[in-house]
Amino acid sequence: MGFISALTEKPWLAQGAGFGVGQVHVIDDETLSETKSIALKIFLGVVSVFFSLFIITFLARSQYPDFQALSGNVLQPFYNTRQLWLNTAFLFASSVCLQLAWLNVKREPAKPRLRYLWLAGLFGLQFLLAQLFLWRTMYGLGFYVSSNPANSYFYLFTGLHGLHLLGGLFVLCKAGVAYLRQGSDKQLRTGIRLCAIYWHYLFIVWLILFGLLVSSPETYKTLAALCGY
Amino acid sequence: MSYQTITDQPELLDHGPSSFIGKYIWSQDHKVIAIQYATTAIFVGLVALVLSGLMRLQLGFPNTFDFIDPSNYLQFVTMHGIIMVIYLLTALLLGGFGNYLIPLMIGARDMVFPFLNMLSYWIYLLSVIILMASFFVPGGPTGAGWTLYPPQAILPGTPGHDWGIILMLVSLGVFIVAFTMGGLNYVTTILQARAKGMTLMRMPLSVWGIFIATILGLLAFPALLVSAIMMMFDKLLGTSFFMPAIVSLGEQLGHAGGSPVLFQHLFWFFGHPEVYIVALPAFGMVSDVLSVHARKSIFGYRMMVWAIVAIGFLSFVVWAHHMYVSGMNPAFGFFFATTTLIIAVPTALKVYNWVLTLWRGNIHLTVPMLFSIGFIFTFTHGGLTGLFLGNVVIDLPLSDTYFVVAHFHMVMGVSPIMVLFAAIYHWFPLISGKMLHTGLGKFHFWVTFLGTYAIYLPMHYLGFLGVPRRYFANSGTEFIPESAQSLNASITVSAIIVGLVQLVFIYNVILTLRKGKAAGANPWNAASLEWQTPQVPPVHGNWGNKLPLVYRWAYEYCPPGVKDDFVPQNIPPEDLIKSDDER
Repeated sequence: MGFISALTEKPWLAQGAGFGVGQVHVIDDETLSETKSIALKIFLGVVSVFFSLFIITFLARSQYPDFQALSGNVLQPFYNTRQLWLNTAFLFASSVCLQLAWLNVKREPAKPRLRYLWLAGLFGLQFLLAQLFLWRTMYGLGFYVSSNPANSYFYLFTGLHGLHLLGGLFVLCKAGVAYLRQGSDKQLRTGIRLCAIYWHYLFIVWLILFGLLVSSPETYKTLAALCGY
Repeated sequence: MSYQTITDQPELLDHGPSSFIGKYIWSQDHKVIAIQYATTAIFVGLVALVLSGLMRLQLGFPNTFDFIDPSNYLQFVTMHGIIMVIYLLTALLLGGFGNYLIPLMIGARDMVFPFLNMLSYWIYLLSVIILMASFFVPGGPTGAGWTLYPPQAILPGTPGHDWGIILMLVSLGVFIVAFTMGGLNYVTTILQARAKGMTLMRMPLSVWGIFIATILGLLAFPALLVSAIMMMFDKLLGTSFFMPAIVSLGEQLGHAGGSPVLFQHLFWFFGHPEVYIVALPAFGMVSDVLSVHARKSIFGYRMMVWAIVAIGFLSFVVWAHHMYVSGMNPAFGFFFATTTLIIAVPTALKVYNWVLTLWRGNIHLTVPMLFSIGFIFTFTHGGLTGLFLGNVVIDLPLSDTYFVVAHFHMVMGVSPIMVLFAAIYHWFPLISGKMLHTGLGKFHFWVTFLGTYAIYLPMHYLGFLGVPRRYFANSGTEFIPESAQSLNASITVSAIIVGLVQLVFIYNVILTLRKGKAAGANPWNAASLEWQTPQVPPVHGNWGNKLPLVYRWAYEYCPPGVKDDFVPQNIPPEDLIKSDDER
């Protein structure tokens, strides 16, 4: 209960110098990496609010009569979820590679973790390309962005999730390139730490979005009722 | 973790300025970034002030100014509102004062991510440029009202329904990216970079206010981003997130089934916390100014912190009180009315504590103190009318009248501005090393303070009469008496005077920067850490060779047995000079 006890401190009473908890005085690699990971976690909180709000509007919108769920019947594209599972596998592989890189983060030499990092990047890129392919398939089948709100949400969800992953790929490449160019192992380690957290998070977000996109109208109805609609 | 000065790690100061451009343009120093933020925010604020002057000219003297037509008028209303709330107040309080004060007040050398901090400012500037560009596109800026409600915001018939609204939504998106970068920095810096001894409960209330307001911003701005993205889809791609089936100018549009009320929920889920994103830093800063100029510890420090946290939490569960007239389940109305009234408890607690800080204090009626006391008045008045509007049955008849305009201008327009002026007069000697002219400052205060009352008190009465807000003209409306027009004229005259007197303030700043007398170190004898830097104004790195050690809280005024009437946070107990009695 550190935070509560911190908030009940009586600062007007005399205490010695350096009294208290939670300060950072030495900005070494370890603390800098820790600070970045704290900032990343706060950022993930912000992203969670962002996606949660989209999901709530999705559930509300799903209760209007014109909403045609993408997995509602055999004519709908997500009645068969094979392509989506394949894409999920790419992202999962990417996440696993980063976890392996993280497990190797303190071992010498640095090569294995770098290899896992690049592999994760490749799988991530593959996921993005596969998502683009999915867009093309949907478009080819006549599921345009404005023809139904369910389609609109499909493009919105996958697009925003993809943009987040693209941002992650940028950071991942930066860490890898910094190592190759300057031999900066500390940047590589911090990069792996941050990317691993971010990738696992994005994988979970994708699973939620995936589940939402392939659910039945009855599931939407139940979830929307739970949200008060 | 052992204590070590940062000079042992010189590579960490590698973002130090080396050239003019590095020092003042692409600077990563929090103080320079703060000034960049503040200057930009004040500039757009002046644009918004001019827009409000134009609106008032039309309202006070209808049929007089040919260059103001109904479309222009709505554009002025919209741009005035959005600029003031987001691009001025949020940016100046958090980007300006947040950036300047956080590292200095907690004893850090800079923000923890200086590069991100610099990026935050430049992206903010980009958002301002995009917003200002909307004045120059075909159709002009959007005139949808600052709440940008669909469906009318994106349909023909509303001024700026084409490029205006698109640029507005893009600009808001860019602003939110900038804010998130800054916000992550503020929160992480406060959590991670406090000096040794600076516990959470030894932080000045300014830092607490900025800290909680930043968290609110990080959690609330995504709602605005979500609604902006979805409205952009509706506008550009023809989706129907918010757009119902609608006939516009005799033509059936392709939209169907969307919910405009959904947008309102999203908007106000951002919009209400936004009030506190502006108010909480102001609450914090005014507490510090009052304490310093009354030479007294802030009354009820812990309660003040808890109240800030409680208000922050409650601000997320009151949003639908902005939507009583949109219609909702009566049980929801009851819920939101109750939470709205509950939020008055911690807020009132803060007002009592400010007054009790003054009680039997050694009050110095300096310019910052005058503005702070002025704030207590304006905030109390604005807050009390909030209690009226928080009740469903009272809100319904008063909604969309000038009563609402008067209420929110008093509580989140005038009040934060009073604190901003208090803060500028108070911290100007630290920022520039020079003291603003007191006589001009007092003139500025009295005209602003009395002038705002001359503007907004009669507006409450206009609201009771039922005069609707946002209307270009009220002619031919039988229930509005002739005298209401005279009142409108007098409000306009007051508004013009208050607007013009801000030029005196700008003149004072320019005059002081050029010819002002040196303020010296710590001219107000303040105990908090930002005044204890080795150089004034503080130089890059803030603290010279050694980071400060913190021994006490920021409100040690008139302690018994000590010669001076204040004890800085970083003076060791053994170095205190005892009073004559003690010797």
